[in-house]
Amino acid sequence: MEISGAEIVVRCLAEEGVEFIFGYPGGAVLEIYDAIFKQNKVKHVLVRHEQGAVHAADGYSRSSQKIGVALVTSGPGATNAITGIATAYMDSIPMVILSGQVPTPAIGLDAFQEVDMVGITRPCVKHNILVKDVKDLASAIKKAFYIATTGRPGPVVVDIPKDVTIAKTEFHYPASVQMRSYNPPSKGHPGQIKKAVNLMLEAKRPMVYVGGGAVLANASEQVTELVRMLGFPCTNTLMGLGAYPGTDPLFVGMLGMHGTYEANLSMHYCDVLIAIGARFDDRVVSVPQQFLSSPKKIIHIDIDPSSIAKRVKVDIPIVGNVREVLDEMLSLLKQSKERPDATALASWWKQIDEWRAPNSLYYQPSDELIKPQYVIQKLYELTGGEAFVTSDVGQHQMWAAQYYKFAKPRRWINSGGLGTMGFGLPAAMGVQLANPDADVVCVTGEASIQMCIQELSTCKQYHVPVKIVNLNNRYLGMVRQWQEFFYGNRYSESYMDALPDFVKLAESYGHVGMRIEQPADVEGALREALKLKERLVFMDFITDQTENVFPMVQNGKGLNQMDLPPHMRNLQQGTVAKERDYGNLS
Amino acid sequence: MRHILSILVENEAGALSRVVGLFSARGYNIDSLTVSTTEDPTLSRMTIVTNGSDDIIEQITKQLNKLIEVVKLIDLNESDHIERELMLIKVRATGKDRDEMKRMSDIFRGRIIDVTEKTYTIELTGTSQKLDAFIEAVDRAVILETVRTGASGIGRGERILKI
Ligand SMILES: Cc1cc2nc3c(=O)[nH]c(=O)nc-3n(C[C@H](O)[C@H](O)[C@H](O)COP(=O)(O)OP(=O)(O)OC[C@H]3O[C@@H](n4cnc5c(N)ncnc54)[C@H](O)[C@@H]3O)c2cc1C
Ligand SMILES: Cc1ncc(C[n+]2csc(CCOP(=O)(O)OP(=O)(O)O)c2C)c(N)n1
Ligand SMILES: [Mg+2]
Repeated sequence: MEISGAEIVVRCLAEEGVEFIFGYPGGAVLEIYDAIFKQNKVKHVLVRHEQGAVHAADGYSRSSQKIGVALVTSGPGATNAITGIATAYMDSIPMVILSGQVPTPAIGLDAFQEVDMVGITRPCVKHNILVKDVKDLASAIKKAFYIATTGRPGPVVVDIPKDVTIAKTEFHYPASVQMRSYNPPSKGHPGQIKKAVNLMLEAKRPMVYVGGGAVLANASEQVTELVRMLGFPCTNTLMGLGAYPGTDPLFVGMLGMHGTYEANLSMHYCDVLIAIGARFDDRVVSVPQQFLSSPKKIIHIDIDPSSIAKRVKVDIPIVGNVREVLDEMLSLLKQSKERPDATALASWWKQIDEWRAPNSLYYQPSDELIKPQYVIQKLYELTGGEAFVTSDVGQHQMWAAQYYKFAKPRRWINSGGLGTMGFGLPAAMGVQLANPDADVVCVTGEASIQMCIQELSTCKQYHVPVKIVNLNNRYLGMVRQWQEFFYGNRYSESYMDALPDFVKLAESYGHVGMRIEQPADVEGALREALKLKERLVFMDFITDQTENVFPMVQNGKGLNQMDLPPHMRNLQQGTVAKERDYGNLS
Repeated sequence: MRHILSILVENEAGALSRVVGLFSARGYNIDSLTVSTTEDPTLSRMTIVTNGSDDIIEQITKQLNKLIEVVKLIDLNESDHIERELMLIKVRATGKDRDEMKRMSDIFRGRIIDVTEKTYTIELTGTSQKLDAFIEAVDRAVILETVRTGASGIGRGERILKI
């Protein structure tokens, strides 16, 4: 039997086991919306802005092992989706975006609501496909899912002209995809893996640097087993948080621009670095030469060859899936009786513990002003590291990353690569729909939250009971911090004037709003909010406006040249932060 | 350093713009680019002449390989190869230039493929350097128009780019 392109779209999604489509209708996709109306396998979530649809699909993907799908109309619907697509692309998130397009005969004629979606999205998708014939539709959608989820994951756009959704053909959903031009690697090269294991065993000052690739590969178990078997120190990137348990003694915290003192120094002074699904981003290694000024041998496992030797030259590249490569390494290590030099490792740990002792995440508590860090600490304590935490972008994001000790992967959902303000709330929506019984918290700032605040309405419609922790410092805090440090306290356009009353705002959307102004009330408010399982609660925490994120590695500086928090400023002049001869450690 | 990359891509709409877009988005140079279908109509072959340090060339080849439509790619510089470019050059052929241009065309093994009272159009093939040399060798004032295809390249002997 012949069915329409629109029906084919919906049947394909059902075949892929898609549970939710996050979308927004418009002329070019009305056939598809009609097909959605006539079935009940795939549920549609009507967002309030297409950016929200894509972030929600993204949060859905990140927090589950399923794949998020967004549906937008042509023209403005498509352009509104771009920020969301680029966000997912930068963090390698698998996702399928279906966009409507003007009818094929109208393409190129500046038709009503026409934009060249394939052209616009080309630089920020893993792949995109314009379907010009209904006969190609099912196989294009199949390919989109296959490409999005395999190899280095990423968003794939399928652009569907309206006449293609109307035209009819027989429906066959291909069982599998064969593409001669696309064969993502999985297993690493055995010779390279062996070499890497030997190098690991020779290490005197080892360091394991784990990134988002380990989360995407679902390889936490393997990472944890490897680190523990060898007793090596382990750090996570912002994207890798949760890949290794945040409270484990071998975990030295996040590294990079706002990494801990001990993580950054261990990264800088190690002699063997094992990089696992991490891409030496410039917020981690600002200046490669500076980073390599302390000599080290580097093993780099990544599924994408272009991530290897892009910024930092490595000694042992291994192209492959983190999980399979680590499985192979673990089995070699299990067979071998060799273990790393215990004395050398002990003296390396002695050094790391010395770096750890002053606690670079210490902040001066206050009885009068709510310290943003304190809010996150309390949130962590009350949820035991088990909540899903989404965030927006700014200081609050860094504090969430630093003070919430993630016990598990896929619990920390943030925009790292693009740094998209407005991500937090819609992402939380997707997370909650993928994990209906879990605590989902969106840590945000008064500026970021206003970029996609309209999704409060979606949350009401679909009963999405996320908890919003607004760290309200009345500033574009991260911008203000940079202006304080680098622009002589000239706070150009970083003060958030004329803020809405967030409590009333939440209430007007039908949610619960709370304003918290006293440190003593923080814990109670969080408790109360977390108890309201069925409700969205907007907690507006009025926080200390002057607080800054420490440590901080300024752009252009090395990981051993951090700006430290006030309590460590003397120490920086002393021996610990000064470069010394770590060659003697062993 | 100058590199010459040979790329087999799926003969699909959009493949070319993806390749070109990659070069501009990442700030790589394209000195020349040629593309046409192969004996297999589902495949196109491109030759891209680019330049950059070894690190940049390594990134370029990795990034190209990442494009879904790129089937196979080789850097011809990695071993012996042949390259040819075609140039059509229209020159003034009056007075003493008429003989001179005929002579130059012969020296460079060109062919005069169109003749008027005032002009010759010369067809010249060879490496890009040879075409450059021809342009250098003739008086600039005589050149009316040039059009070049950009280099095409192929490996020597048994080295074959095929799927
Ligand atoms: C305000 C702000 C501050 C920031 N500060 C910091 C900071 O202090 N520290 C920090 O770390 N980041 C920070 N970031 C984030 C930073 O910009 C990068 O997003 C982040 O460092 C990249 O993390 P990653 O290296 O883990 O790579 P990801 O972007 O997570 O990339 C994953 C890598 O793994 C590979 N991969 C994917 N799947 C697999 C697989 N199955 N097998 C093998 N490999 C795979 C990919 O090819 C890729 O190379 C900050 C961002 C913002 C917005
Ligand atoms: C869409 C977008 N615009 C601008 C920026 C630049 N930016 C980064 S952090 C920040 C301030 C965020 O303020 P807020 O949400 O209040 O968080 P805070 O830093 O105060 O915790 C800005 C403007 C961005 N990351 N994203
Ligand atoms: Mg703020």
